[in-house]
Order: sequence, then structure tokens, then C-alpha cells
Amino acid sequence: MAGLHKSEFANPVINWIDTRLPVFTMLQKEYGVFPTPKNFNYFWNFGALAMVNLMIMIATGIFLAMNYQPNSELAFDSVQHIMRDVNYGWLIRYVHQNGASMFFIVTYIHIFRGLYYGSYKSPRELLWMMGVVILLLMMATAFMGYVLPWGQMSYWGATVITNLFSAFPVVGPKIVTLLWGGFSVDNPTLNRFFALHYLLPFVLIGVVFLHIAALHVVGSNNPLGIDVKTPQDTLPFHPYYTIKDSVGMCVYLIVFAILVFFAPNFLGDPNNFIPANPLQTPADIVPEWYFLPYYAILRSVPNKLLGVCLMFASILVLFVLPWLDTSRVRSARFRPIYRQLIWVWVAAFIGLGVCGAHKPEGVWVILSRVCTLYYFLHFLVILPLLGKLERPLALPESISQPVTGGRGGGPLPSGATTKPMEKA
Amino acid sequence: MRALRSLMAGIFAAGLLAAPVLASEEAPHPPAQKWSFGSVFGTYDLASAQRGFQVYSEVCANCHSMRLLHYRDLAGIGFSPEQIKAIASNVTVPMGIDDQGAPKEGKGTPASKFRSPFPNDNAARAANGGALPPDLSLIVNAREGEYDYIFALLTGYAEPPAKFAMQDGMNYNKYFPGHQIAMPKPLSDGQVTFADGTSASVEQMSRDLVMFLTWAANPEMVERKQMGVRIVLFLILMTGLTYAVKRKIWADVH
Repeated sequence: MAGLHKSEFANPVINWIDTRLPVFTMLQKEYGVFPTPKNFNYFWNFGALAMVNLMIMIATGIFLAMNYQPNSELAFDSVQHIMRDVNYGWLIRYVHQNGASMFFIVTYIHIFRGLYYGSYKSPRELLWMMGVVILLLMMATAFMGYVLPWGQMSYWGATVITNLFSAFPVVGPKIVTLLWGGFSVDNPTLNRFFALHYLLPFVLIGVVFLHIAALHVVGSNNPLGIDVKTPQDTLPFHPYYTIKDSVGMCVYLIVFAILVFFAPNFLGDPNNFIPANPLQTPADIVPEWYFLPYYAILRSVPNKLLGVCLMFASILVLFVLPWLDTSRVRSARFRPIYRQLIWVWVAAFIGLGVCGAHKPEGVWVILSRVCTLYYFLHFLVILPLLGKLERPLALPESISQPVTGGRGGGPLPSGATTKPMEKA
Repeated sequence: MRALRSLMAGIFAAGLLAAPVLASEEAPHPPAQKWSFGSVFGTYDLASAQRGFQVYSEVCANCHSMRLLHYRDLAGIGFSPEQIKAIASNVTVPMGIDDQGAPKEGKGTPASKFRSPFPNDNAARAANGGALPPDLSLIVNAREGEYDYIFALLTGYAEPPAKFAMQDGMNYNKYFPGHQIAMPKPLSDGQVTFADGTSASVEQMSRDLVMFLTWAANPEMVERKQMGVRIVLFLILMTGLTYAVKRKIWADVH
């Protein structure tokens, strides 16, 4: 029995299992004693929160699927049946509906954390790219999920977004027919979107697993952006970060609960309370709030194909970000110019979101063009040049012994989020 | 850099300020009313909702369906099982198909869906000059401005301004987008007689009707808010405890 795993667990049952299938050893290694930089601020909660959110979505989604009818004649009423007649159906549905918004809030903050502290840089490029795949899968899943209630905005949103693919020459119309399963958005579209909406979250779990596996190989980045040098720089994941993530999770649940219980339709569109009607186009077709920035990029140029390409490029550019950013300093704390420009980029992204919510007229066209321009300039021109031109501040020697006075003093981890003892 | 940052912030702020200006060109914003269900602890005024149901049954139900509601749902605005039985049995509802294959009708039961005034959309259009009276089950949620908008619409009928060109068969309403609505002024003073002696002014009837329609669209609201208060209080306590434990665990880290 040469290959038998030597388990260190005292409990005989656990030991018996662990000897044959070392899941307990693995958990202990990856989540128990896993060495984690000791200087995380609360921005490092958001990965765990996204994981929790995914589980909430899958759990509520399965129960919704038990009562939902993916048929264009029945879908709208079956959702109302869930809201009115199924025991606590309204709770499950509102958690699922607002869970999508919470998922994007959490994920966008998680991505911002990566951008601000340079988490995408070597050796975490693949980890970052896996994250971009997760974002794309999330978007596809959310889009198809929004179609399922078969309200006016579901129907017309699906029509507008699927039609975008028709902009591609030659294959475009074929792709659209394939997406629709016919020649307009109709029952076959709803059927396949439901099937895919149920499938993709499980694909998502797979990619999330790879994302975490890669993280546990290269280790976490940290607010200083410097490598872990000695064991003094780290803490075991449990109990230090299990409890810190729990604090973040409680706050996250409060925000979630306020949304679900007191403003469940705040982020929704009134038009989706009207059953889908192919003969009547709503005055304004707007996607869900989390897609508004990309929608604004799409509409910022008068050419449909160019708009579609720009929209896809706005996500795809993230794949090559690790190579576009030529600076070897990770954390924005030590990059005086980048620390400013990342906020300009955030302003441009939020600006695009605001533009996306308005008809493309007058000032909104100009604003969305300015913001689109900066969005791409930031990644394609500024970051490659900045790495060469910017003079970073002196980096601390190690996480446990930062150089005195050398800390960049980023505007982020202020107030309650960072207590002196955590800065290390 | 700082200049660039403040410029971006300025553009962003200008965008936010411009938003309501652009929106208000279409129709005036419905004035906010005070509603019993407005606050975090708010509940439906059941007497008002019951009067609203009476207004719906006697006035609106001649043209508007509420196909997502069953008579049994009326327990949610405080009707007793006996009252619900009586209400349902006064209504003739479709009962499927009889042994000869002809459509059958019969007395409603609490399990029946609200009776629709027209058998289908085409019949509804034909009887209303081509306009389809929308189903009212979700109307409060389905309109920008929600309950305030519905109240404003019901009380917003007026003579058109001097130079306003009205189409044939349309009616002027201050709050309807485009101001021309196919529905004639539905309510007039004293149109219904309330059993509890409440005077049936247009404003009172509109208020009661909106109370009823808001309940119809969100029957779970009271239970939802009450559950929410308890859950949020629990979570705040939980956050405090978790944070205290976190401080204790981290106390030895330097």
C-alpha cells in the first residue's frame, strides 16, 4: 500500500475517509492553514462574497425552476404564480432577482480591487484571465435569466441584444437565427435560453474552481502589491480570514436584505410587469443596470458593426491587460499617477453607465463618446506608456516591515476598514 | 491629473443634473402622495382597500380585467371567508366546456379567477374603439411612478389647453404621456355608495382604488416588510457580534 495517504486526523472516521480520499487534508491545507498575506483590507472580502452569491443564486434558481414554465404562453403567468401562490415564492424570486444585481455589485468591486492593487500582474495573469471568463459567463447567464419572465423588457431586450450579432458580415444572420431557433424571438428562444440559463452557472462553478486553484498556486496579492517573503508576512487562512470574510458577509447580507425586503423592484424596469408583446415596442429599451456601460459603448458610435466590436472589445481588452500594463509595481499605492488615473477610469465607467440609461441624444452622445474614448485610451495607450514614464515610490522591504513613511497612503483603505493593527 | 479628475467628476455631475430635466419634457412628474404602505413599517389600509375593491367591481371591472387574481386572494384585504363566498357567487365565470362541447358558465367560487369583462383582447378592443384596456393585476408596478402615477392619472382629467390638438375619441389627461388617453374620465363624485358612509368623492375613490390596486400588485408586501425588519435587525446584531469576534482573534496580530 505504497500510495496510501497518511492522514493526520485523530478522529477514526475522518481518518478512515481521509486515508482513502484526502479531502479533509486538502481542506485543511487550502482553507485551514493556507498561508495568506496578513495585510488584507476589506476589499479582499469580495471574492468570497461572489462565491457565496453564486451559491445563493443556484439554490434559489433550482427552486424557481421547479415552478417556472419555459413556454412563451405560460412563462409570465408562472412567474406571477410563484410570486402569489407558491409558499414563500416571492421571497425566493426576489432573492434570485436582486441576487443578480448583488452579484454584479460584488464582482465589479472585486474587479476594481484587482485593477487598483495590480492583482492581474505576473504571476497572476492566468488567474486574472480566468476571472474575465467568469465575468463573460456571468453576463451571458444574467442576460438569459432576464429573458425568462417574458415581460416586455425581457422580450425587447432579447430582441435588441441578439440582433447585435447580425452586424457581423456573412455569419451574423446565421448566428442570430441559431440564437432565436427561428426567425424572431419566440418560444424556441425562451426554451433554449432557459436550458442555457440552467447550464451556465454550473460551467461557472467549474471556472471558479480553476480561478481558486490558480489562486492557491500563486498565492494572493495584497494591498502593498509586494511578494510574501517570510512566514511572518502571512497568517493561516483560518481563523483570521474566515472571520474577516464573515464580517464582510454580514454587511453584504444587510445590503442584500434591504434590497430584497424593502425595494425589490428598485433596480427593475416597470415595463417587465407587462407581458411580452411582439407588436408593441416599449418607448425605451434599456438593459439591466449592470449592462448599461457596455450598452453606452455600443451606442456611442453611429456604425452598428463598429459599436458591437467596441462593446465586445471593452471586455476582451481585459484579457490582455496583464501585458498592456508595463509597470512592474503592482499596488496603486506606489504609483502616484496611476493612482489618479484609475479613478478617472472608474468615473468613465460610471459615466458610461449613466449614458446607457438615457436616449442617445444631445449631451449623452458626447459624454458617452468621451467616456468610451477614455475607457480604451486608459488600457491601450496610457497603461503601456505609464509603466515607462511613471516613477514609482519606494516599495517596502516586506509586508511585515514596511519602510517608514514610504507608504503611498491610498485614498481607499481609510476609516473603519483598516485599523492600525491590520496594516502591519 | 487632479484637474482631469475634477473635470471628469464635473461632467458626471452635470449628467446627473441633466437627467430629470430631460425626463420632465414628456409629462409632469406625478406629485407624491402620503400612503399608509409608504414606510418601512407601512401596511395596507384594509378598509380603504375594500372600498377600492368596490370601486373596481362597480366601475373599472366593466372594461378592465384582473386576470392574475382569485376571489380567495381577497382574504388579504380582510374579507372573511363568508364574504368572499358571497362576492364570488354573485359573479358568473366561465366553467370550461360542458358535455355537449359548448362553453359553460356558472356561479363563481373563492377558487375562481376574477371575472374578465371580455372573452379576449379582440373583443375588448372592439368594444373600446380599438383601444385595449390594460389588465390591472400589476398596473401599479407596471407604470413609472407607481401608485402616485395611477392616483395622478385618475384625478388628472381636465379640459385640454386652448391650442392643444385632440384626436377624435381621445381624452385629455395632465399626467398621461402625450396627454391623450383613450379611457374617458372613469370616476365622478358620488358614483358608488360606500357602506361605511365614506363620501365617494373622485379623490377618495381614486385613493381607495390605488390602495386596492397596490395590494393586488404586491400582495406579499406587508409580510415582506415585517420579515425584512426582523432579518435586518438580526443581521445588524450578527454583524456586531462577528466584528467583536474578529477583533478578538486579530488582537494578537502585529
